[in-house]
Amino acid sequence: MALLEVKDLQVYYGVIQALKGISFEVNEGEIVTLIGANGAGKTTTMQSIIGLIPSSHGTVMFDGQDITKVPCHKIVHAGLTQVPEGRRIFQELTVYENLLMGGFSQKDQTLLKKDIENIYERFPRLAERKNQIAGTLSGGEQQMLAIGRAMMSRPKLLLLDEPSMGLSPLLVDQVFEIIKQLRDDGTTILLVEQNAGKSLAISDRAYVLELGEIVLSGTGAELAASDEVKKAYLGG
Amino acid sequence: MEIIETLINGLSSGGTYAMIALGYTMVYGIAKMLNFAHGDIIMVGGYMLYVTMITAGNPMLGLIAAVIFCVLLGITVEKIAYKPLRGASPLAVLITAIGVSYLLQSTAQMIFGTAPKMVIIADMGNFEVGALKIPYYTIVTLVCSFVIMIALTMFVKTTKIGRAMVAVSEDRGAAQLMGINVNGIIMITFAIGSALAAFAGFFMLMKAPSLSNTLGAMPGIKAFTAAVIGGIGSIPGAMCGGILLGVVEAISFKIPVIAPYTDAIEFMILILILLVRPTGIMGKVRREKV
Ligand SMILES: Nc1ncnc2c1ncn2[C@@H]1O[C@H](COP(=O)(O)OP(=O)(O)OP(=O)(O)O)[C@@H](O)[C@H]1O
Ligand SMILES: [Mg+2]
Repeated sequence: MALLEVKDLQVYYGVIQALKGISFEVNEGEIVTLIGANGAGKTTTMQSIIGLIPSSHGTVMFDGQDITKVPCHKIVHAGLTQVPEGRRIFQELTVYENLLMGGFSQKDQTLLKKDIENIYERFPRLAERKNQIAGTLSGGEQQMLAIGRAMMSRPKLLLLDEPSMGLSPLLVDQVFEIIKQLRDDGTTILLVEQNAGKSLAISDRAYVLELGEIVLSGTGAELAASDEVKKAYLGG
Repeated sequence: MEIIETLINGLSSGGTYAMIALGYTMVYGIAKMLNFAHGDIIMVGGYMLYVTMITAGNPMLGLIAAVIFCVLLGITVEKIAYKPLRGASPLAVLITAIGVSYLLQSTAQMIFGTAPKMVIIADMGNFEVGALKIPYYTIVTLVCSFVIMIALTMFVKTTKIGRAMVAVSEDRGAAQLMGINVNGIIMITFAIGSALAAFAGFFMLMKAPSLSNTLGAMPGIKAFTAAVIGGIGSIPGAMCGGILLGVVEAISFKIPVIAPYTDAIEFMILILILLVRPTGIMGKVRREKV
């Protein structure tokens, strides 16, 4: 059984249908990518899975549980979390406090401390800046913080919504490297990206979303080689 | 001497305004709504104090009863009237809050009538050193309100729930992604705001013992003004705004020519500050970073 199973998910904004019944799955240990143009419905899919946007139809199963109507904070407790589009770190809190917020559901203080140390080890830049107000971090540092903060809840499945957005090419490579590492350390990843080339290269499987519908699916390599994808997303 | 007395007086009533302003500002920051019924919670607390004092005769017991009753009332109002409107237009929420305000005032009038009740908490006399003469209630109010403000600041800065409040006020969706139960945090916010309102009512009646169903109306508006002056949504802002308003009021009362215009002067300060700094003294000018 898949770790995440989305079946016929439909979402409306008022009368506009943003998701027209999409189905896909993510298996344990995979990196799965959703690629698609602006407005295809990628963020809507992510927000709907995690319970921040209600769906009108369809089901979302996570780890054997139906989480379709479960409120967001409970889904997070169940081991699914998200690095949202635009990072959305808490600007007024320090780096350290942001990480604490990420570990909000961790009751065990020693484990909490250990988790924060692990994040600092993974992202030494955050350790150097732990008492800095997060709003004053650079874009790249904020992305590290957003990922670190999400990891604090020890997710089984991490949703990443355009983590490379607004970063310099060097940092983009670094972010993809981090994503691979997270997967190798045991976190399953569902990734949303416009950077189709780099994301397909690290993906086990991928889906192409167009105007609220899944139009293509396959392994990362298959999609990277397909003519449709090359034309529409890889610039030739 | 008179200057010192006036200043202490001002700080003391400023502390009371700050107590009320904190309720407005915290609810605004966290639940993103203007709770126009907040002033009436003070009034309900006043009646609770009155009832306890005529039955048990003890003002401390009265204060405890008022705090508990106001907390329960605040939570109930939020659950019944405001929670179903989460995500509705701000205007709908505002009108509901005004409706709650009238409901509380009318209910109090039906139960207790229109004639003001006298709530004599305690005649504590004056603190006198040389020519300096300050009523004890002023000092009690001053000390208590400052202790409460420091405690609240510590609570928000150092506890898990406090940090969750900051997180929810900054970004509700992101806070949910941390596993924070936003409805729970909003409930706690209403509970704290209502408890502070009960304290404010106690301080107000200590100073002027006349209690009617409109007890909370004017202080409510003044404290709301204070919250906006300080920067609505900002906790230190509400404290500063409240204290500033209290001091200005006390000074204005002491100058015979302008004393009758005290209210007008206070609202003028609001307008002036908003002209210079539209977000209030400590309000955030939010920079968006992409
Ligand atoms: N709050 C909203 N109200 C109305 N329509 C919305 C809302 N959010 C998104 N939409 C619409 O739903 C569609 C899908 O939006 P979504 O944000 O999911 O796209 P996306 O694939 O994430 O795009 P991008 O790559 O630009 O982030 C778009 O047409 C968008 O205009
Ligand atoms: Mg998006």
